[in-house]
Amino acid sequence: MLMFILRRILQIVPVIIGVTFVVFFIMQLVPGDPAVLLAGEGASKEAIEAVREQLGLNQPLYIQYFEYLMNVFKGDLGVSLKNSQPVLDEILVRLPITIELAFFSIIITVVLGMTAGIISAVKPYSLTDVSVMLVALLGISLPSFWLGLMLMYFFSVKLQILPVAGWDSLLHVILPAVTLGAGGAAIVARMTRSSMLEVIRQDYIRTARAKGLREHIIIYKHALRNALIPVITVVGLQFGALLGGTVLVESIFAINGLGRMIVDAIRTRDLPMVQGGVLFASLIFVVVNLFVDVFYRIFNKRIELN
Amino acid sequence: MSVEVKTEQPTVITQSISNPKESKLKDFLSILMINKAAMVGGIIILFYIFIALFAPLLAPYSPYDIHLENKLMPPSADHWLGTDDKGRDILSRILYGSRLSMGVGFAAVLFGAFFGIIFGLVAGYYGKWVDSIIMRMMDIMLAFPGILLALAIIAALGPSLINVTIAVGAFSVPLFARIVRGSTLEVKRLEYIDAIRSLGANDLTIIFKHIFPNILSPIIVQGTLRLATAILSAAGLSFLGLGAQPPSPEWGTMLSIGRDFLFSAPYVALFPGLAISILVLGFNIFGDGLRDAFDPRMKK
Repeated sequence: MLMFILRRILQIVPVIIGVTFVVFFIMQLVPGDPAVLLAGEGASKEAIEAVREQLGLNQPLYIQYFEYLMNVFKGDLGVSLKNSQPVLDEILVRLPITIELAFFSIIITVVLGMTAGIISAVKPYSLTDVSVMLVALLGISLPSFWLGLMLMYFFSVKLQILPVAGWDSLLHVILPAVTLGAGGAAIVARMTRSSMLEVIRQDYIRTARAKGLREHIIIYKHALRNALIPVITVVGLQFGALLGGTVLVESIFAINGLGRMIVDAIRTRDLPMVQGGVLFASLIFVVVNLFVDVFYRIFNKRIELN
Repeated sequence: MSVEVKTEQPTVITQSISNPKESKLKDFLSILMINKAAMVGGIIILFYIFIALFAPLLAPYSPYDIHLENKLMPPSADHWLGTDDKGRDILSRILYGSRLSMGVGFAAVLFGAFFGIIFGLVAGYYGKWVDSIIMRMMDIMLAFPGILLALAIIAALGPSLINVTIAVGAFSVPLFARIVRGSTLEVKRLEYIDAIRSLGANDLTIIFKHIFPNILSPIIVQGTLRLATAILSAAGLSFLGLGAQPPSPEWGTMLSIGRDFLFSAPYVALFPGLAISILVLGFNIFGDGLRDAFDPRMKK
């Protein structure tokens, strides 16, 4: 297992370098002279030249990239054009909020999704199953930014039981977390159902039934455990969509997280902030995927041993 | 010792041999017809295409004309879905907006499919180091969560509907590449490819004339499902103000305006959102149906 973890860690190194490469080169697509942009509007020729010299923009591109990479590994993601603060400092202030939002959303995704999937799979093709799957299909199709607005309208404006926006208490978490987690829950529900149905048809489940075991023991102890393996992968993949989704949800509910920071930075053309934010979020995703892989392996191994 | 020799009459095959391509298409259509959900999805998509094509004939008002005296009017006989903050008819804007939202979705998927198919075919066909390099590149693109890669591209190129199309298309490339590579690996091992090669066909002919037509099914399924995601992503980016700009009747932009009037006039946000949801639902259920129709295991 240790070898597997080490191998997996080694495998993500080139991916991380690749991500820095893509982020660096996307920013080279910016039309015009980056030194002019960084020096600010109306800067003198000397000031522009000074920026060019200071940031090494007169160097060949591959040297610029190498320096950028070295800085990233040292934790230096550059300085914001808006407030001259280090990008990493701003990210570290915003990150806990986004992680909190992602955490609650993933709980909703897993709990809601798996419960719905199990309910559907236990009585396949029944009215309950069809209804649950229809709701799941709707969940996949609804735009999160619209769902968020509609939830806000009903729960905050009409019923006035939940706050409209902000991030001060647990009550503030409910609407954003449901908005962000709903799409994932629908996908997990569909995956759990199909995975459960496949497992329920296996011989060992038939044997368990023939032995006279109670249905709920068969479902929860024998079927669910095996059906969970592919579901774990889907949950892991959903984390990526969730991180991307924070961009929209944080903007709707005025939450000062990483996603909103990136959108605001795009609006103000604060490119180092965008670059740093996108890079940081992607690195989190790569590391989460590593954990999912290891967890999947451990889970799978335990089932094999049992 | 006598040896009895049995002589059998040669069997004459009287059964007519149907064109395999034709029967495949018939099979596919019959499965698609049986799948009621897929039919519903198909009808929804056709309905939206009809709306997009005939928007100028169907729309009761201009989507751009400002009538401040009519602003924020609730749904009525004159304005079935109400009016927005500038007094523009929401129904007319949604009808015209279908052209933009669907257009961006289709263009982004075509963009993603084009590059994804080329990368996937080349990686799958040539294998070895070519495959390794291309697929590692695709892995790196997949390492970006959700629409963040699109955000980075828009940050560099600037907010506009065309840049949103490129950005949304770009994060579809690795998904198409993976599927096409997998299918190419399967098809290139088949005997008929060896036969064609031994007849002297060059790589380009083999890839585009003999492999590509045989891997279309998964590409079409992926394309349909990606359309749903592309429309959602593009509308989301416009909602954030990074895509289509006002007064464009793009659905995401309309929703963004609706957000400002959620307390006083919720219908401004309600209807554009419904328009997106129903269309995306159509693509999702049609995509599911297509997948079932193309998947041979579903025929059992």
